[in-house]
Amino acid sequence: MAELFLVEAVNDALHVEMERDPAVMVIGEDVGRLGGVFRATAGLQDRFGADRCVDTPLAEAGILGAAVGLCMAGWRPVCEMQYDAFSYPSLDQLINHVGRYRWRTRGKMSFPLVVRMPYGGGVRAPELHDDSPETYYVHTPGVKVAIPSTPADAKGLLTAAIRDPDPVVVLEPKLIYRTARGDVPEGEHVVPLGEARVAREGSDATLVAYGAMVPVAERAADALAAEASCEVLDLRTLKPLDESALLASAAKTGRVVIVQEAPRTCGYGAEVAAVLAEKAIYDLRGPVVRVTGYDVPYPYWQIEDAYMPSVERVADAVRRLLAA
Amino acid sequence: MSQVLPAEGGLRRVIGDGQGLPDGEVDLTLEEHLDLYRDLVLLRTYDERSLVYHRQGRIGTYAIFWNHEAMQAGSVFALEPRDWIFPSYRESAIGLLRGMPASTVLSWWRGHPAGWWNPEDYNVASICVPIGTHVPHAVGFAWGSRLKGEDRVAIAYFGDGATSEGSFHEGATFAGVMKAPVILFCNNNQWAISTPVAAQTAAPTLADKAIGYGMPGVRVDGADVLAVYEATREAVERARAGEGPTFIEAVTYRAAPHATADDPSIYIDEERVEEEKENEGVGRYERYLLRIGVLTDSYALEVKNKVLEIMRTAIAEAEAEPPADPGLLFEHAFVHPLPSFENDLTELRRILGET
Repeated sequence: MAELFLVEAVNDALHVEMERDPAVMVIGEDVGRLGGVFRATAGLQDRFGADRCVDTPLAEAGILGAAVGLCMAGWRPVCEMQYDAFSYPSLDQLINHVGRYRWRTRGKMSFPLVVRMPYGGGVRAPELHDDSPETYYVHTPGVKVAIPSTPADAKGLLTAAIRDPDPVVVLEPKLIYRTARGDVPEGEHVVPLGEARVAREGSDATLVAYGAMVPVAERAADALAAEASCEVLDLRTLKPLDESALLASAAKTGRVVIVQEAPRTCGYGAEVAAVLAEKAIYDLRGPVVRVTGYDVPYPYWQIEDAYMPSVERVADAVRRLLAA
Repeated sequence: MSQVLPAEGGLRRVIGDGQGLPDGEVDLTLEEHLDLYRDLVLLRTYDERSLVYHRQGRIGTYAIFWNHEAMQAGSVFALEPRDWIFPSYRESAIGLLRGMPASTVLSWWRGHPAGWWNPEDYNVASICVPIGTHVPHAVGFAWGSRLKGEDRVAIAYFGDGATSEGSFHEGATFAGVMKAPVILFCNNNQWAISTPVAAQTAAPTLADKAIGYGMPGVRVDGADVLAVYEATREAVERARAGEGPTFIEAVTYRAAPHATADDPSIYIDEERVEEEKENEGVGRYERYLLRIGVLTDSYALEVKNKVLEIMRTAIAEAEAEPPADPGLLFEHAFVHPLPSFENDLTELRRILGET
């Protein structure tokens, strides 16, 4: 075990996987010489050469489109999108090709590529360095999506994504890149896609969260400790969703609060709520409640704390639900 | 490093007009000439029969490529079988030049799974329907092949309209920077449905764009199969020599509707269409071969009858395909299907009365 920050665990995963599999390559803006604007790819170009850790032109559709062709030539590209909102130009490639190409070949060709990016707000950054775009990715057929909240999971989920034969998007919570610190297994470490994690056991309410909202949910559980026993479920993979873990926790506590940083409407929390409505309604003792970002553009940072789901908003939602 | 010059102004031609304009020289054997002729006739016949099949309701909406055959056959003739082709829908039948059965392409236009081929069987990527988004794929493939030390060239086909797309720009940018062994082949038929090329760009020629990406821009007469062949062969040689990408602008005039659902009478210059039909690529090559004594009328007829028979068999085979199983909905999207698929399929089968 090594104690690492979350972003260091990402870097560790890339080193281990590139060492293990010579077909793995990293491409993106500033990933080589600089080692990435967050240093997630630091040291890779020195270790594996400029052909396997490639500084690309500033062209996100070009990066992801080239990655499709690289897969066809036998590579397993890991594409870095520098920031969440900078990934939008690549959605054309993701929706029209990345998620469809295997299907188009009737399963004959695989596209084992990874798109990874730092996402989310709270970092006092200029506009469009703060988005939570997970729903766009989850909604795209043919693509899987994972979001870690701990250093160990950041390594394990990225490793699973790199080894997965299908395209996987990994969103990394930049807010906790260098605050989340924890034990990370050395060498190869896989956290299978599609398995949620009970971050904390509880009996009165379940707080469902992922990424940077997991620590918020945990702190809310702390704040509520005298009033209620809260379970925190870290989904880890958004697609495929670990339905059995979600339903088991809902059945156990009978109350669910979903915490999501992205805007509310059609956000991932809506999908979680729909699954609960379809499959857990007889286990529930109250309505499913969402605590989310608002349906507004992510704001300038002087008021971003008012946008982000806070410990107070989550605790308030739990109290309302318990009183219902 | 070779210097990149501004694009050529005039269009390269090899085939003369049989009158004042003389025929040029080209380094092809008699057999190669006849192979190329068969390729052209095969594509022409595929296209003309497809239009009939569409009118008979036997295939769906179809993107006509009449008078694009010289661009497709001439360029593919300059490739090796190991080189990869990235077609747009305008090149839907280009796989025929790689041994793909015509029934496969007809099945594609019939919306049947038998039309969705394995690219590795022919080194022909899937048909790209969105405009220009396959340019980065060809570039990534060519770059990735070079990184692996494999001698494979990629060629991407797209139209004049595609050069306005961001993905063309990003793909071409990558191609230049990575020195990818790729050919960007633009079939400039001067129309993007109803939008003329003058409304597409203020650049004097599309090939002028090439200099901005650090690659040569070449202009050829797109209905002159030998000019297309020679330009592509030069580009292939550059690519194999490690000198990077080439942009080829092959110019024709769209003499048929964009697709079966289009009515060009609203916007097109009918006189110009008639002029183009007089100079269309298949007839031009046929007259050339007759002039130089390589082809005889009886052989030409034999070739045409043979490919007509191929098409008759192909449409029969496509129509004989069993109906697609709705269960295919859940196949192939993922290597490991989503957990929800099993339930979805069971329920669907029950509703369809198939359980």
